[in-house]
Amino acid sequence: MAAATLYDKLWDDHVVRYEGDTALLYIDRQLIHEVTSPQAFEGLRIHGRRPRRPEANLAVPDHNVPTTRRAAGITDPVARLQVETLVHNCAEFGITLFGMDDPRQGIVHVIGPETGFTLPGTTMVCGDSHTSTHGAFGALAFGIGTSEVEHVLATRCLVQRKSKAMLISVDGSLGPGITAKDVVLAIIGEIGTAGGTGYVLEFGGDAVRALSMEGRMTICNMAIEAGARAGLIAVDEKTIDYLRGRPYAPQGELFDQAAAHWRTLQSDPGAVFDREVHLDAASIKPQVTWGTSPEMVAPVDGRVPDPDRITDPAKAAGVRRALVYMGLSPGTAITDIRPDKVFIGSCTNSRIEDLRAAAEVVKGRKVAEGIKLAMVVPGSGPVKEQAEAEGLDRIFREAGFEWREPGCSMCLAMNADRLEPGERCASTSNRNFEGRQGYGGRTHLVSPAMAAAAAVAGRFVDVRDL
Amino acid sequence: MQPFTNFTGIVCPLDRSNVDTDAIIPKQFLKSIQRSGFGPNLFDEWRYLDTGEPGRDNSGRPLNPSFVLNDPRYAGASILLTRANFGCGSSREHAPWALADYGFKVILAEGFADIFFNNCFENGILPIVLDPAVIDRLFAQASGPGALQVQVELAGQTLAPAGGDVIPFDVHPYRKHCLLLGLDEIGQTLQHADAIAGYEERRQQQAPWLFT
Repeated sequence: MAAATLYDKLWDDHVVRYEGDTALLYIDRQLIHEVTSPQAFEGLRIHGRRPRRPEANLAVPDHNVPTTRRAAGITDPVARLQVETLVHNCAEFGITLFGMDDPRQGIVHVIGPETGFTLPGTTMVCGDSHTSTHGAFGALAFGIGTSEVEHVLATRCLVQRKSKAMLISVDGSLGPGITAKDVVLAIIGEIGTAGGTGYVLEFGGDAVRALSMEGRMTICNMAIEAGARAGLIAVDEKTIDYLRGRPYAPQGELFDQAAAHWRTLQSDPGAVFDREVHLDAASIKPQVTWGTSPEMVAPVDGRVPDPDRITDPAKAAGVRRALVYMGLSPGTAITDIRPDKVFIGSCTNSRIEDLRAAAEVVKGRKVAEGIKLAMVVPGSGPVKEQAEAEGLDRIFREAGFEWREPGCSMCLAMNADRLEPGERCASTSNRNFEGRQGYGGRTHLVSPAMAAAAAVAGRFVDVRDL
Repeated sequence: MQPFTNFTGIVCPLDRSNVDTDAIIPKQFLKSIQRSGFGPNLFDEWRYLDTGEPGRDNSGRPLNPSFVLNDPRYAGASILLTRANFGCGSSREHAPWALADYGFKVILAEGFADIFFNNCFENGILPIVLDPAVIDRLFAQASGPGALQVQVELAGQTLAPAGGDVIPFDVHPYRKHCLLLGLDEIGQTLQHADAIAGYEERRQQQAPWLFT
């Protein structure tokens, strides 16, 4: 048999039937949140359909939930109705829900792995583009629209065509202080926001293998920002150790049986990819985005580009427009950019390791004058609890950070956490699009350590120099 | 879904690359639990000079005169012409809902983001990928003093710009079939319920831990 990629193996394991080049692909797991599901449940109701295997779905509200005083409820009546609609739909259709007051509540892509709902070798979807996160476990995980959410609820299948496979190998070792976020921003800077379109990306190489599961999730999370259908990382003992004992993971003998299968989930030696990209890990520096697309990124010792020096007219126009929006002049040093707000959170960077990295920088320091707001939003109830047990909340509070309740928060600003027009933010989230964090807001994407460093310095600085 | 029928429509040229779904429909409108009514807020942050809110009457809001959708030449446009990587970012199906609600039936681009591309077909919108040189030519034609009209013929897979050469395009046969007949895709899949049940039975043998 020909050497297979990890993607080939996952794909072949889930084909129910083919019609030409189009497969009916079986979906093992679906995560559901309040924003992209109401119309899907309504569709089921209109057609008199019931979910197939309701137990294969897990729902949680995360986008609209307040991160302050949870007990006060949601004040915005439109948002409140959406969360209540999720509660009613889950009750009506027999789907497990971690409600707003459940200690397990959190960002959908944090609680999937945390509960062991995310498992290697599965196909997994959610009406959310950052579903690619779960590829860190060797699962084929991708975001879908609401019509497809309904399709999976009703049939447990999706009509799919196979993507191409790209290997992104980060060779060698990362320097001290360089994190998964810097790696993935460097990758997107290299291949571009549409560089992964039509592909499933497998991240490999020594530097990726050396990452923790949290770091791997950060990388796969942003595969979508390179336009990819999904991101994947091969299973190893770290994957298996992470899952052992999680409530929705198999237990006892069944876990061992599953783990034996999971250990086969790597690309075979000699497997052929449609494209391979190699990055030298040692050359990756802390990254800061300066524009309105994640590919508009520079190392912290770099400068904002000059559009007059870009030969491609479409690209130059894009840079020009981005600089106007961002309020930046060509040639500005990244370290001369001063944020107004700092946001540490999101499905990209709100796990315990992220909070530890930020706290280490913040410890014994104060948020700089001129920073109007610095906030930490843990990814889930259990992350928050763990951080508090380690005293991280005290470190943040003493430095002048706000310590909030779990949710998506200012990554997309659907709740009350947002930027005002013209405000500039050092953010550990995943998108720096125009208006993403609030109308007229200006986002710079960075790692948790770099966001913490910006908070205490009042401008972007190389965290390695602190 | 309504069957996709041949039509002739006005082309609205949106000369930007990497238009993301946050720009197509900003987040505050995602709080709706409906599928309809998003058209007036399509491209809200570019189209108006103030900030839109759900439930607000949009008729009296100040329009941004330099945004292409507000150009009288393109009133009633049903074909959107744009550049590379259209629809990137968030998976929100509210983006095609807003485009369809406004009246767009076809989007011509150098390329589309994957999830958005799929979401279009689910909502009777035909996204067409064209060669950058063809896109350039259409931009030139659509940006003239008069609006460009294009005739769209899905069965024969052709675009006929008024006074120009016919442009053939590709579309996946399954997608074309569903669009032409206005099929309920879930209904199509449910015809294979036996195959799905058979798969589940096999899968349960191989991976019993997924069925506990």
